[in-house]
Amino acid sequence: MLRRFLIAICLLAVIGLGVFWVLTRPAPLNAEFASGHVADVENGARIFHAGGCASCHVAPESEDKLTLAGGEGFASDFGTFYAPNISPGPEGIGGWDLPGFARAVTRGVSPEGQHYYPAFPYTTYIHMTDTDVTDLFAYLQTLPVSDTPSKPHDVGFPFNIRRGLGLWKLLYLDEAYVMTGEMSEEVTRGRYLVEALGHCAECHTPRGPIGGLQRDAWLTGAPNPSGKGRIPNITPQGLDWSADDIAYYLQSGLTPDFDSAGGTMASVVDNMSQLPEGDRAAIAAYLKALP
Amino acid sequence: MQKTFTTRTVTAIMCGVLATAGFAASHAGEENKSVTARHAMMQMIAYHTGILGGVAKGEMEYDSAMVDAAAMNIASLAAMDRATLWIEGTEQGAATDSRAKPEIWSDAEGFGAAFEKLETAASAMVGASDAAAVGAGMGDIGGACKACHENYRGPEN
Repeated sequence: MLRRFLIAICLLAVIGLGVFWVLTRPAPLNAEFASGHVADVENGARIFHAGGCASCHVAPESEDKLTLAGGEGFASDFGTFYAPNISPGPEGIGGWDLPGFARAVTRGVSPEGQHYYPAFPYTTYIHMTDTDVTDLFAYLQTLPVSDTPSKPHDVGFPFNIRRGLGLWKLLYLDEAYVMTGEMSEEVTRGRYLVEALGHCAECHTPRGPIGGLQRDAWLTGAPNPSGKGRIPNITPQGLDWSADDIAYYLQSGLTPDFDSAGGTMASVVDNMSQLPEGDRAAIAAYLKALP
Repeated sequence: MQKTFTTRTVTAIMCGVLATAGFAASHAGEENKSVTARHAMMQMIAYHTGILGGVAKGEMEYDSAMVDAAAMNIASLAAMDRATLWIEGTEQGAATDSRAKPEIWSDAEGFGAAFEKLETAASAMVGASDAAAVGAGMGDIGGACKACHENYRGPEN
């Protein structure tokens, strides 16, 4: 009797492990990724700025915004994550190929087949077009190499079991856009800049207990993970700036009261100010079109 | 034009009142008059930047006398002797309402250079011949505000 019971338990455990293994398997990517597209480095630079890569991957306190040495720490409820070196050298993405890079950026899976923590906003980048990913990869190759090794994350059990992130991805890695329905061309462009590249929601949207974004409270503000203050609501419910005010803020860093952007937004403005004017206007139009 | 200025002034005063109410709510540290004076100076800079920004954004009509006066006032404000204003021991936490980072004193040279950057940017704005020129000059003025705030201003109280 006891023997049969133990066998049943073991069988269930094996089945459970099998299901876990299948469910948490890092997803492969279409092998014909972006085939036939000739990389456009100039567009890659635009994607780099719109995606805000430098804000996290530049070494802390460094004034050199193009050497992506990593090392900046991001405190969270689950531990502290450190941005890795993504410069085009041996310590970074030097040996990577395009499909590997695309899988990393848009699916959060390393070339070795390991899940990345969602501190890396691949839940945003999943919306990036294949050609933009290709252009971005080409642009990154033009940046300086850094020899600084990446710092391991400081994350405790059970969050240090990366395989478990496969389950998290089943819940939160979603190819669908948040804003749907009829929209103008400008708002559609703004949606791409906000939802696919700018990852505004990573800070401006509240998170659930296991760190997933609450898509039904999109961009309505959230506690500051640094522990001090709140990240503001940037929907029309919380921000009464005109579209011009928003676009001007993203360009100059100046609020309608002519105070200047502070905290991490200062770094976002550094990126946004390098985009064409039409892109900033599109972001403003998108924010004004939110419920 | 006149109406725009009146509306702006009223808005500015209301903002000031609200800001004061907000400041009053946080009572970390000891009262120090230099902090109040610093905030008044910052409000003066913001007010004049607002005139230039209004022209740059197309919300206000270009008026060369106004543009030059605003730019010169910002340059003068940036050139004020800091000895009476940034008194040691009035950093965030030590003085009520202060958001001054200790780096203002530990890196006094860098702090001075940041103000010089604003003075240079504002002086360069004098003589801007149309709204587009004002807009072009705003990049350096806004950049000076932002760079200094990033390095020397602490988070909101």
